[in-house]
Amino acid sequence: MIKTIRPKLELLSRRFIEKIIDEAYEILDKQGIFVENKEALKLFSQAGMKVEKKTHRVHLKRRLVEKCLTTAPAVIKLYDRTGEREYTVGGDEVHFDPGSAAVTILDHKTGEERKPETKDLVDYCRLTECLDNIHFQSTGLISSDVPHPIADIYRLYFGLVFSRKPVVTGTFRVESFRPMKDLLAAVRGGDKELAAKPLAIFDACPSPPLKWSNLTTQSLIDAARAGLPSELISMGMTGATSLVTISGTLVQHVAENLCGVAIVQLAKKGAPVIFGGSPSSFDMRRGTTPMGAIETMMIDVGYAQIGKYLNLPTHAYMGLSDAKTNDAQAGLETGLGAVLGALAGVNVISGPGMLDFESCQSLEKLVIDDEICGMAYRLISGIAQREDPIATDKFEGFTPETQFLSMPHTKKWYRLEHSYPVIADRDTYDAWVALGKKPIADRASEHVEKILRSNPPALVEKDVRNELTRILTAYAKANGIASLPALP
Amino acid sequence: MKKEELFARIEKAIIEGRKSEAEDLAREAVKAKIDLTEVIEKGYVPGIQKVGDLWEKGDYFLPELITSAECMKAAMAVLQPELDKANIKTKTKGKVVIGTVEGDIHDIGKNLVASMLSANGFDVVDLGADVKLEKFIEKAEETKADFICLSALLTTTMLGQKKAIELLRQKNLYGKFKVLVGGAPANQKWAEEIGADGYAENAMLAVKLAKRLMGA
Repeated sequence: MIKTIRPKLELLSRRFIEKIIDEAYEILDKQGIFVENKEALKLFSQAGMKVEKKTHRVHLKRRLVEKCLTTAPAVIKLYDRTGEREYTVGGDEVHFDPGSAAVTILDHKTGEERKPETKDLVDYCRLTECLDNIHFQSTGLISSDVPHPIADIYRLYFGLVFSRKPVVTGTFRVESFRPMKDLLAAVRGGDKELAAKPLAIFDACPSPPLKWSNLTTQSLIDAARAGLPSELISMGMTGATSLVTISGTLVQHVAENLCGVAIVQLAKKGAPVIFGGSPSSFDMRRGTTPMGAIETMMIDVGYAQIGKYLNLPTHAYMGLSDAKTNDAQAGLETGLGAVLGALAGVNVISGPGMLDFESCQSLEKLVIDDEICGMAYRLISGIAQREDPIATDKFEGFTPETQFLSMPHTKKWYRLEHSYPVIADRDTYDAWVALGKKPIADRASEHVEKILRSNPPALVEKDVRNELTRILTAYAKANGIASLPALP
Repeated sequence: MKKEELFARIEKAIIEGRKSEAEDLAREAVKAKIDLTEVIEKGYVPGIQKVGDLWEKGDYFLPELITSAECMKAAMAVLQPELDKANIKTKTKGKVVIGTVEGDIHDIGKNLVASMLSANGFDVVDLGADVKLEKFIEKAEETKADFICLSALLTTTMLGQKKAIELLRQKNLYGKFKVLVGGAPANQKWAEEIGADGYAENAMLAVKLAKRLMGA
């Protein structure tokens, strides 16, 4: 049998990759990078790096970063809430998760963006749980009915209560890491158990150009010590917070991420870290950061290729759109991103469900995007030979009356070779008219309701739930928040 | 060089964003002892206004806009000491205290607004990013500002815009300054909800808004 080719997209030559990396190292050494975190500065200082105490500027030597790269794992394993299902993050494996930390939700009934509340968060977690092509969940909505100090832990709580999938999350405050880690450990039954089977990824963003803030640096250190993977989210905006050229933005991206890798490895040798990002092409007219721009996707594919060259797992924000509603633009940009990301072999692709520059979640879009992700998966599974011979034996005794539909060969392969979407319109014109000429968002909305109606919540065991609730309420109390919205 | 020719060259230098030329021409004007207010009104101001027109027509994008604004700033840095020496008060469109609110380190949008306001004749005090709310009010009082401009990029930090207005009320200063809000999560509705005097979606609209509020 002839081996199936895994289709692959690469935008950079090896020489180009090495040049980008060389320049990143040169900047880290000569110009240095700002790290506004005392503990990290101490770690760098102890490792023999030149640290300018007043300005928080660190001059990073190539040899130190290269040493750190040798201890960072190339492949990370994540486990679902039950601890039984294992996900490999590395190689060319692709896992989609919804774009995270949306500040609004698109209300299908009114067609308007509004602030999400607890009920939306629950629906979102339950829906994500049911979508086959979305492997991970994310703490995707910021619930507006709880005060800011607990906003980050609150969304993680619901994710753990209502879904089994591993979570892509992150902290909004330095103090939040501890209780968030405690929630995860409560599910696993202890810190050691959590480190052995990580249930979550923590996103940490440098502040371009060339700076790691106190909050995100601390998140890197804390996650490394807890054995939880960090995702490095560099996010240069071309011409605004990074050089305007794609290659120039890649140099800065690599420099910031390499510093992140070093922080993680210095905090704990061998700790898992993912080479990710959320850069964007900056719109010079409107001052916005289009995630659906083809140039944004080119930067993503480029740095992912460099991440692979460095032998690290990769991540990108792709498969999302800047459209404000589920229109043609939403489908176009999401489809392009999901397919390009999958072809590039990006390990974690965050984006599905997202509209309006990574700020608005739409449940309808999430189910549409699940279908798009399914198509991307189908594409990268490639064209397989399936049988030997491929066809000649099936044509034995061929006549014009030969029936393909009833052939055992057809029944054996049709579900594996082809997919049958539930949301994309494949009806005849007359059938489409008879069904009320429904736009895709309406069909998607019906599907959302059907999923939520027909799937009972994947609730966590009662005693674990009690412990999670205890941690959440204790943390709320410690922050002067006496009552939370009634927990469903 | 004739006055008119100098004005035309100044205007062109601003439109085309040539900084050293904009500075040189300012020096030339000083040397030739031409009335500096006239230099500003007939050379520099028409230049930056044309830049605004080109932006509105869709010919100019942010890099041209900012480059021209920086040329204005550089030229004014040459002219201002001379004006001060001669004790000439230039007409300011209004005094502005601007910054990104506490907890928020994003300053691109704020910088754009500050540059455009400054280029368009406003007196701008830029407090930078992650600015304590009290600081905005202190500075506004100190400089007798017309405007307090509050920028925020995050939904979490935009609450600072609301708190700043509450703080003004507490100090009995509400209404003394015009408060403008901006940033990705802000909008007109938010501005109205928190009792701000205005919201602008981008730097050019911020200039228009500020001019309108000053009755210009």
